[in-house]
Amino acid sequence: MAREVTRRRKITFTVIGWLIGLTLFFPILWTILTSFKTEGEAIATPPSFLFFQWTFENYFEVQSRSDYLKHAMNSVVISLGSTGLGLLVAIPAAWSMAFSPTRRTKDVLMWMLSTKMLPPVGVLVPIYLLFRDFDLLDTRIGLVMVLMLMNLPIIVWMLYTYFKEIPGEILEAARMDGATLGKEIAYILAPMAVPGIASTLLLNIILAWNEAFWTLNLTAADAAPLSAFIASYSSPEGLFWAKLSAASTLAIAPILVMGWFSQKQLVRGLTFGAVK
Amino acid sequence: MATLHTRTNARVMMSPAVLMLLVWMVIPLGMTLYFSFLRYNLLMPGMEEFTGFGNYEFFLTDPAFLDALFNTLLLVGGVLLVTVVGGTFLALLIDQPFWGQGIVRLLVIAPFFVMPTVSALVWKNMFMHPVNGLFAWIAHGFGLEPVDWLAVLPLFSITMIVAWGWLPFATLIILTALQSLDQEQKEAAEMDGAGSVSIFLYITLPHLARALTVVILIETIFLLSVFAEILVTTNGGPGTASTNISYLIYAQALLQFDVGGASAGGVVAIILANIVAIFLIRMIGKNLET
Repeated sequence: MAREVTRRRKITFTVIGWLIGLTLFFPILWTILTSFKTEGEAIATPPSFLFFQWTFENYFEVQSRSDYLKHAMNSVVISLGSTGLGLLVAIPAAWSMAFSPTRRTKDVLMWMLSTKMLPPVGVLVPIYLLFRDFDLLDTRIGLVMVLMLMNLPIIVWMLYTYFKEIPGEILEAARMDGATLGKEIAYILAPMAVPGIASTLLLNIILAWNEAFWTLNLTAADAAPLSAFIASYSSPEGLFWAKLSAASTLAIAPILVMGWFSQKQLVRGLTFGAVK
Repeated sequence: MATLHTRTNARVMMSPAVLMLLVWMVIPLGMTLYFSFLRYNLLMPGMEEFTGFGNYEFFLTDPAFLDALFNTLLLVGGVLLVTVVGGTFLALLIDQPFWGQGIVRLLVIAPFFVMPTVSALVWKNMFMHPVNGLFAWIAHGFGLEPVDWLAVLPLFSITMIVAWGWLPFATLIILTALQSLDQEQKEAAEMDGAGSVSIFLYITLPHLARALTVVILIETIFLLSVFAEILVTTNGGPGTASTNISYLIYAQALLQFDVGGASAGGVVAIILANIVAIFLIRMIGKNLET
């Protein structure tokens, strides 16, 4: 009897769960489907869901009309570059805070966090003018710097929470045995720290890839990554839905896959360790 | 001796990150503050002059500012309402055992990874378009007149677009908190004859309080700065119907080239964000001690 009830309960939840999941996912699915339609079928009413003439044409069109690969490359360079540089600066900082904390460590961490609370629009004017004066507008290097600084607090924080979990006794033991700082890093810390560093890397690539305030305001034709490039589909090309969908599918697919792999780290990174 | 050595090491290791953030904070903030007291328009170079609080007076008494402030609050409040209530519901649902749980979880969190410009354009065109959009087709199916969502209900439409992207965030965090709930406590309450409603109200909800607060605070920080969704859907219009503070300052700076006015606006935006930030930082700081 009780088993019958739990079974029925499970079936109910399966139906509700899948219905809601598919509904929330539908806009993404719809974008992917539309990217394989012709422009005519993309705007057709009634819309066709699966039984249309499947075509890859849009994917080629997007490249030939607007040099898609250049912008995709910009996205790759900017997100990898800003994350890589950020890690380079943040790893030593987070490490020293985790393993040799001083009385001020907590204040430094909190202060770093507070820089993240600064609304970007509050410094839009000076950053824009500085970029103009230093010829950084519409350059990849400029964006790499801004995104690196924007995400640096998150990187330091995430690494700090991961490094904190490495037991300090192991380090002490190594030091007692006469390990030098270099050996300490190479043989003890690095292997234990790699998973944390990898998830920090992943989350920050996602954040940098999807950033759309600075990319929209500081880039134009040359250095625009996908998040800014897609915006060019907004008005004049508004009705080229199939091409918009193809460009969008390509822009979100890699990040979606990475995001699915980093669900757990996402929570930790975005809540600054407040929820684990 | 060893401690002195490690302490110097620690300082050297921290300094690049600290210095960079310091420069990144102090210089632009100082410039914003300085510009906010100048009459300074990019179209009239060399005409800069000190105006005291003139820009603030201009910005704060501009009817567009009150509209933008109101829109900002509506947008933040609306998205919070949808994501916190919806997220709690979704998290409770996904926490139940059912077939394909893992896949449903992936489907639910997917929207978070869609860049704002893409989600705004997809919703604007393929769903909310008054002639060819899916919503128009659905409306026709029910014999209703299609709605031109972004023209008639611009702020509501943008709220829905943004909420779609943030719902997964709330769900994921609440779900994480839910999974750390002590099951024995729930079982004990069940044995004592507590119904599922009272279990939710007296055990689950208090346990979630912290996660919910974190969701609300962090989302508020990000939602105060919503920009791309507005830029690609309505450009803040019609009129100022969907202009928030971020968009207003952007328009002032990069469309009207009024550096002074936009900087005063920037200072106002920073003050608003700080009110929220203080609470968030306190909460996270408390967590550090444990």
